[in-house]
Amino acid sequence: MLHGSLNMIGYGLAAIGSAIGVGMIFAAYINGVARQPEAQRILQPIAMLGFALAEALAILGLVFAFVVGA
Amino acid sequence: MFAFALPMASEEGGFIPPSVSDTHLPDIFPWFAEYGTGFGKQMFMIVLSIVLITWFFTAAIKNPKLVPSKTQYLAESGYAFVRNGIGRDIIGEKNFRPWIPLLFATFFFVLLNNLFGAIPFLQIPSFSHAGSAYAMAIIIYGTWIAVGLKNHGIRYFKLAVVPSGVPGWIMPLMIPLEIISNFIVRPMTHSLRLMATMLSGHIIVMLAAAGARHLIVVQDSLAMNGLGVLVILGSVAMYFLELLIMVLQAFVFTLLTAIYLQGAIEADAH
Repeated sequence: MLHGSLNMIGYGLAAIGSAIGVGMIFAAYINGVARQPEAQRILQPIAMLGFALAEALAILGLVFAFVVGA
Repeated sequence: MFAFALPMASEEGGFIPPSVSDTHLPDIFPWFAEYGTGFGKQMFMIVLSIVLITWFFTAAIKNPKLVPSKTQYLAESGYAFVRNGIGRDIIGEKNFRPWIPLLFATFFFVLLNNLFGAIPFLQIPSFSHAGSAYAMAIIIYGTWIAVGLKNHGIRYFKLAVVPSGVPGWIMPLMIPLEIISNFIVRPMTHSLRLMATMLSGHIIVMLAAAGARHLIVVQDSLAMNGLGVLVILGSVAMYFLELLIMVLQAFVFTLLTAIYLQGAIEADAH
């Protein structure tokens, strides 16, 4: 039999959301820099902050996957 | 398909995958003592990383030359990367100078501790334990709050949680959200991002090793033994992916440190 927890499958599903979010943020960032390379210094912190916020959801999901009802 | 084929083939023994509790290693000092001091492998590696970083950078700049040697070139380009690529670009030309030492120390401390996960016999990133990552994040958290209070006084908390240019009726919704995202979730995700990526890299190594051992030693059929060899070959590719992630996470951790500091210094700018 296979040992493990269903939580991990739930976490994998939940991570899809923030994966799409992170992908869209960097797609927009690359687009912006490609159109206007001198805006890179302004766009980079914004992109990184957005990435951090979107990835926070995936990290919270991972934590809950470990914590909730093992 | 393999995930379903594997358990049926190993009914008698049963394959137990390694879990998070397998990363808790015994104390190495004092050796096999009954009471714990907490001085385990991770603690040893953190001390080792400080010794190595200090030794490398003092040796690299001991007699600096105009035409640098290879070691000096490596040290200087690493320093320039943190100073210009992270410090100057994020914090800004005016305020970045006092923060170079913090950013430089953070970047190389996290980078070397991550890379320990790729060195045989050490083979575990120090930050794969949440405790060490929490300690790093608390230092940064305290620093940027102190910087905000020093630059703006007690008004900093208002600047940090009340967004400007937002209509008044949406404020009851925005202020609690900003408090949660800035002061509660931010240090948590800052540390757990580092810890989770390092832990997952280490779990991949553990899983590959335990799976390959099970397939080669416990299983009888030749096909399963061959599969075990394939697992070892596949884990080499994962090793290089992990190397990339280790460097990237050190960069992201330092970049977020710089972004948080910049937000605290220029809280009234936007």
